[in-house]
Amino acid sequence: MEQSERIASFPHMGNYHVVVKALIKRILNMKVMTPPPITKRTIELGAKHSPEAVCVPFKYNLGNYIESLEKGADILFQAGGGCRFGYYGEVQEQILRDLGYEFEFLSFDASAGSSIIQIYKAFKNLNPEITISKFMQSFLLTMKMLKCMDEVEEYIRKNIGFEAQKGSFEKMQKSFLNELEKVKSLREIKEIHRKYKEKFEKIEIVKPDKPIRVGIVGELYVLMEPFSNYFIEKELAAYGMEVHRFITASHLLTKRKKHNERLAKEASKYIKYHIGADGTETVEKSKMLAEEKFDGLIHVKPFGCMPEVNAMPMLQRISSDYKIPVLYFSFDSQTSETGIKTRLEAFHDMLTMKRGEKK
Amino acid sequence: MKGQEIKVRAVGTTGSARKLIGTILKAQVVKNEITAHAIGTLSKYPDTRTIFEIGGQDSKIILIENGIVVDYAMNTLCAAGTGSFLSSQAKRLGIEVERFGDWALKSKTPVKIAARCTVFAESDLVHKAQIGHKKEDIVAGLCTAVVTNYLNNVGKGKTIKAPIIFQGGVSKNIGVIKAYEETIGEPVHVDEHSHLMGALGAAILAKTSGKEQDFIFDIEEINFETRGRECTFCANNCEIICVHKDNELIDSWGNKCDKGAS
Repeated sequence: MEQSERIASFPHMGNYHVVVKALIKRILNMKVMTPPPITKRTIELGAKHSPEAVCVPFKYNLGNYIESLEKGADILFQAGGGCRFGYYGEVQEQILRDLGYEFEFLSFDASAGSSIIQIYKAFKNLNPEITISKFMQSFLLTMKMLKCMDEVEEYIRKNIGFEAQKGSFEKMQKSFLNELEKVKSLREIKEIHRKYKEKFEKIEIVKPDKPIRVGIVGELYVLMEPFSNYFIEKELAAYGMEVHRFITASHLLTKRKKHNERLAKEASKYIKYHIGADGTETVEKSKMLAEEKFDGLIHVKPFGCMPEVNAMPMLQRISSDYKIPVLYFSFDSQTSETGIKTRLEAFHDMLTMKRGEKK
Repeated sequence: MKGQEIKVRAVGTTGSARKLIGTILKAQVVKNEITAHAIGTLSKYPDTRTIFEIGGQDSKIILIENGIVVDYAMNTLCAAGTGSFLSSQAKRLGIEVERFGDWALKSKTPVKIAARCTVFAESDLVHKAQIGHKKEDIVAGLCTAVVTNYLNNVGKGKTIKAPIIFQGGVSKNIGVIKAYEETIGEPVHVDEHSHLMGALGAAILAKTSGKEQDFIFDIEEINFETRGRECTFCANNCEIICVHKDNELIDSWGNKCDKGAS
């Protein structure tokens, strides 16, 4: 039986709403609302009620909350951490209360020590019927769903720019997400994963032997929420380039404790200690991509993002050491889309001409 | 060229309005200004290593190795240190912007002006004028501020190598040229057509595109009109631009999905 009339909601990030919705539904046994898709209205609402200088993911999240609350949601979730993101929950909750909304707010910050047991207890408060085994089982299922989704999307990123028939990947992706949303067991996930891997590989692509490869690195939210980066991956692919990105939800969630120290060691020529949030990883991955002879790198961050600003001098050194061009973007709620397109087009021209010279 | 029979074989457009003008002129090539500038300059100066470009609202740096663009950057988020900033300050000081450079050269003791941001620079300038600095010293200070801003923002982390070509509207300003040379200690070359290098690049690209189409000079008589409207299919309210030629829709853009296409 569903708990009466409570509706849970959460902020958007890429297509992950499919997985988050399934998780909350399974554990809380209540109605879960995916916020309305991000539109200009979302970011306008968010920016209007946010501190002006806060980074743009905060504004998107807040916009999502407001649009969900308008539609009747009364339990909101926030998760994150690593940088000031970890304090977003508290501030957003206060702003929403000041606006007069009534709701329950649950914020988890893994980096500040929200252990899985604490998360369980918080959920248990909302749904006393949940057992630890059911909870752990749901958690495991979610991780597998994420992994499946991330692997499929990775294939899409690398190949969508070369599809023979325009739109075939997006169409397949829609039906994939629709099916993934309904899975109930690990076996079903495995089945869907296998099925769609095959289906995607069957889509006809016209790909040169050595396509131009671009790696996209930077802050996690603007990397993973296409609306916030002005659909940069889609733009890049449209020029006929292979897009590589390592930061995905499953990657971030399976990081081990020693992760950042190991990364700093890996890139020790450029970095001596951890520089906050994903900054260290940005440096390490950029070095790795440069060594793998990628054609170019694109670094994205929200305007004012400290960890990524920290990473930029190292990226500039990598760029000159390995002779790999890096294009930098700072996104905020009012970034000029034309400006982004101009830079991306020039980037593609440059990479193409560089290739031509080597031949 | 006057009186000569001129036949246009192909058209190329560049710059922020490249799409709109390209639609109107039925251009064969519509190219971003970074590529266009590089190609234009390289056609005249094949050994160029660095291009400085400062235009009306944006500025860029293009790094070249062996005649190939290897890196570039464009100013982001801020118009400090661009032509529009200089012309608004010239107006404030009561100087014609064309004579800005001459004024700067008169100065023996340029003042320091905060270059971080247009707003700061402007309050700094007002303050310096009020405490009694001479006009030419302020003008010279502004020229240096433009260069400092450029090198700190656009040129950040880039290795600048000679030969350096400086172009775009601001390159007509002798004060800024001098400030560049003093700051980086290398000669900065400015072509007599330095404000047209992007156009030259677009023309070369059009010429080499292999596409040709007769161009008729009747553009002036045709009525072109753009109409903006907001799509109402979803909350995104895409701003769609429709280009009409004699009341007939020839192109439109701005919609994020297919719903707005109708």
